[in-house]
Order: sequence, then structure tokens, then C-alpha cells
Amino acid sequence: MRLKSVAKAFYKEKAAFYSLIYILIWLFIALFADWLVPYDPTAQNLANIYQPPSMEHLLGTDQLGRDIFSRAIMGSQTTFKAGFTAVLIPVLIGVPLGILSGYFGGWIDDVFMRIVDGILSFPGILLALAITGVLGVSLTNAMIAIGIIMTPEFARLARGQTKQIRSAAYIDASFISGGGSFWIMLRHIIPNIMPPLVVQISFSFSVAILIESGLSFLGLGAQSPQVSWGTLLKEGYLMIYAFPWMIYFPAFALSSMILAGNFVGDGLRVALDPKVKK
Amino acid sequence: MLARFLAKRLLQLIPLLLIVTMVVFSLILLIPGDPTYAILGQEGSEEQREQLRKELGLDQPIHVQYARWLWNTVQGDLGRSLLTREKVADIVLRNAGATLQLVLFSVVLTVVAGILLGVAAVIKRGTIWETIVRMIGNLGVAIPSFVIAIFLVLIFSVKLRWLPATGFVNVTEDPVGFVKGTLLPAIALGSTGVAIISRQIRSSLLEVLEQEYIYTALSKGMKMSSVIWRHGLRNALLPAVTTIGVLLSHMIGGTIILESIFAIPGLGQVLVNSILQRDVTLLQGAVLFLVLLVVMINFLVDLAYTLIDPRIKL
Repeated sequence: MRLKSVAKAFYKEKAAFYSLIYILIWLFIALFADWLVPYDPTAQNLANIYQPPSMEHLLGTDQLGRDIFSRAIMGSQTTFKAGFTAVLIPVLIGVPLGILSGYFGGWIDDVFMRIVDGILSFPGILLALAITGVLGVSLTNAMIAIGIIMTPEFARLARGQTKQIRSAAYIDASFISGGGSFWIMLRHIIPNIMPPLVVQISFSFSVAILIESGLSFLGLGAQSPQVSWGTLLKEGYLMIYAFPWMIYFPAFALSSMILAGNFVGDGLRVALDPKVKK
Repeated sequence: MLARFLAKRLLQLIPLLLIVTMVVFSLILLIPGDPTYAILGQEGSEEQREQLRKELGLDQPIHVQYARWLWNTVQGDLGRSLLTREKVADIVLRNAGATLQLVLFSVVLTVVAGILLGVAAVIKRGTIWETIVRMIGNLGVAIPSFVIAIFLVLIFSVKLRWLPATGFVNVTEDPVGFVKGTLLPAIALGSTGVAIISRQIRSSLLEVLEQEYIYTALSKGMKMSSVIWRHGLRNALLPAVTTIGVLLSHMIGGTIILESIFAIPGLGQVLVNSILQRDVTLLQGAVLFLVLLVVMINFLVDLAYTLIDPRIKL
């Protein structure tokens, strides 16, 4: 494939390129969080609560005397877990369904698209909230819920692309030369839907971590002792009149990660499709 | 002609409504294991469980359950709260007011601010203003509205003490108090919208300004700014109508968190509490109300677009 030229074009998109590096740095931090934290993120020290940032505690301590810097580092794990789970579910479920629906068409395709439109009528966070609510409040269920609400969007994308490719002349040619449906999907359709899919994945990553932090903020995601940037924001917000410094870092980490994800998506779109201009 | 068009559109709405209601109904099927355990906990007696199964219709086959639920729903009966035994429809309607007021206020602010910023970016092309508008465009989309809300509270409530962080009042009771109590959440809720609308107005204005009739107006001696307001904006607003529809749906989702931050007694609070208290019927009722609101808004926006756009003939 023309992977090299895509990488080259992506490298030229400076904002996107540096955003990707930024995300990779955070990924590194998340992977090695256990070794990077200066303190045990769950260790309480009630004699040392609400300490403002200092050399000892870079981001201060919280209501139980826990080191906020260590907790923010652990929180990045939750962010990536949410981002990856939420993208994996629609890729594994939504994309195959979309390809099958678009490939075979007919009334099943019509019904399928109606269902997709129906689910897309729900504001994302509303449906995620409702699904978490009935599954039972937990971080895992919140991630599953986010994955479910992303699925229709991926299915619609895969279906649209498949329909377009399906009508191309070389698909007919492949048929005539004896290619079965499965072979055609594998050989022609999947490689062709990859570019828009990759763009969709990077935008969805941003949306997923946004919704995860929102649910955790509401107390419907990460449960103590789990940490998420959303829970850190909540804990800081409760103390905003007395200790406003508690919110700065989680707010920055979360917003910058979402911004970076959007930039990577924009850059990929340009790099993967030479027709798109900024 | 209009009547036929309307009838056609309404008919097209039916399958969508069926699917949306099915999704809301099937929430109860997602409860893992025996729902009565999830709702009553371990303590409930066997009679209570039996009673609850009957009330929720769990003793019937699924399609019968759905049909019965839909039939009740169409008549405005959303069942009773499992916790307080109050009618769900009453709770939803009582709390819908605050949510609707917040969303509407925010939409007005968003549209006005979005248009002003978009126009400013075009009139002041190449100056610092354009850069500012583009920055707001990027940041407004990326920073979550609840993070913006927290910083608004920090600046305007904690530091400056201009506006309260909580204290929602109905607009009918006290209009000034309403604006004071709702301004911060409305700004936070509209942050993404302002970013998107200003970006869109800017790009479609730039496109319109390339048209020949703009040159004509300019050569007649009209000033650039009045050309933009009189000719440019009118044509740039049309695509914005669709955007506002999408935004409204986004904002209805966004209120859920903002209501919790600003202690606004709306449907978002009802939703969160119903989840924490395992009140499934109330959860379903609130979700249904909000999604029907979105469907209705999209329907009206679609209709408005068709009626406004002179290129589409009925």
C-alpha cells in the first residue's frame, strides 16, 4: 500500500503530527504508570489533606491526603482504556454489520439503516447514560455503553463505503473471474474502507474520552478506588471555592487530549485523501 | 401542496418513532439477570418480586410487553416511579421546564454569538480577530462543556463574584434572576455551538462574497459591512439552520452534566438520580421525553429548511 506516502503527508500536517506525539507520550505514561507515580495513588494520609502544590506534591493532595499528581497519572490509564474499548466495539461489531448490509442490500439493508438512524437520533451521552444505568453503574459498563453508542456511526460509514465500491466495475470483473462474496469483501472492500475508518477512529477516540470523563464526573463511570480525570475534576469542583488549584491539571489533561485527537483526525483526513484541502 | 407535503413527512416519521421507542423500551431488557433483583436488591420478598414483575409486565412475552408499553406511552402513561410511586409523566413534565429554559436560552446566545463572531472574522480578515475566532473554533470543540463550566464558575463566581454558581429560578417567576442563574450554564452549553456556527458562517460568507451580485452591490457604492449584513448573511444563514438542529440535539445531551454542576432542577438531574436509585421506569420516561424532543426538533428543522430554501420545490 501507499503507507509511506501517507506517513509523509501526515508528517507535513504539523499540528496533527505533534498531536500524535503528544498522545503517544501520554500512552507511554499510562503504560508505565505503576512505575512513574511518585506515591501510591490510593495511599491516604489524613494528616496531610488539601495540601496546595509543592515540590513534594506537584499537584497537591486531595480530601484524603492522596497525591493528586499520582492520581492524574493513573487517570490516564482510564482514559486510554475508555478510548480503546469504545473504538474496538464499533470496529468489531458495527463495521462488519455495515459491510454485510451494504454488500447484500435489499430490504434487510433498508431496515438496518432505519435502525441506525433511530439510534443516532439519541444524543450520545443520553444513550450512554441510560445503558450504563440499566447495566449497573461501573467503569466497565460505562465503556461498553460508549462502545455501543458509537457502533451505528461506524456501521453507517462502512455501509456507505461498501455500497460505493460494490458498484465499481472491478468488482464485477472480480465476480466474473470467480471471486466469491467473502473474497471480494476481504480483498477489495475492507482495504478500501480503511482510510475513512481510520479518520473515524481518531475522532471517536476523542468523543469516547469526553463521554467517559463526563460519566465519571457524574459518578456513573470510574468508582473509587479507580481514578479518572472526570472523577478528579469532580473532586476538585466540590472544593472550588477553597482549593481551586485541584482542577487545573485534570482539566488541562482532558481538554488537551481531546484537542490532540481532533487534530490527528483532521491530519489523517488530509493525508489519506489528496482531494481534501484544509 | 403544503398539506400533502406535511402528511408525507409525518408518515416518514412513524418508522423512526417506532425504532426510538423500541430502544427506550428495550433498556429494561438490558438489566443483567433478574431485573427484580437489580431493582429491589436482595432484601425484597418473593411477593414484592411477583408484584414488580407484574407491574413491569415481565411475565408476558416481549412483543406483548412492547405493545402494551407503547399503548400506554401513546396515551401519556409512562408508569409510576419505582421509588416514590409518583406518576413518571408528572415528574418528567415538572422537571422539563428547567431543562427547556436552559436549552432555549443557550440556543439564542449561541446563535447570536456565533453569527457575530463569524461576521467579525470576515470583516476583519487578516487581523488578530480572525485568529481569535479560529482559536475559539478549535478550543470550543475540544474543551468539554463541563470543563468550560467549571472555569466559568471559577472566574465569575469564585474570583469575581459576579454571578452565582447555583440558584436557578423560572423565567416566569423572576426574569432577571433567571438570566443571572442561567447565564453561566447557558454559555458553557453553547460553547461547542458558538465554535461550529462561527466557523460555518465564516466559510459560507467567504463563499458568498465571491458571487457576482456582491460585486454589483459594492460597485453601486454600498459599504462592505452593509453588504455582508444585507446580502451575505441572508445566504449564509441557510446552511446554519441544519447546524442548529444538530446542535440542539447535542445540547440536550449536554444539559445532563451541566444541570448537575449548576444544581438546575431539570431532567438531567432526574436521569442521574433515577440511575443512582435504580428507578428504571423513571429513567425510561426521562430518556423517552428527551429523545422525542430531539426527533421533533429535527423534524421541524428539516421542515423549516425545505420551506425556506427557494431551490427546493414542494
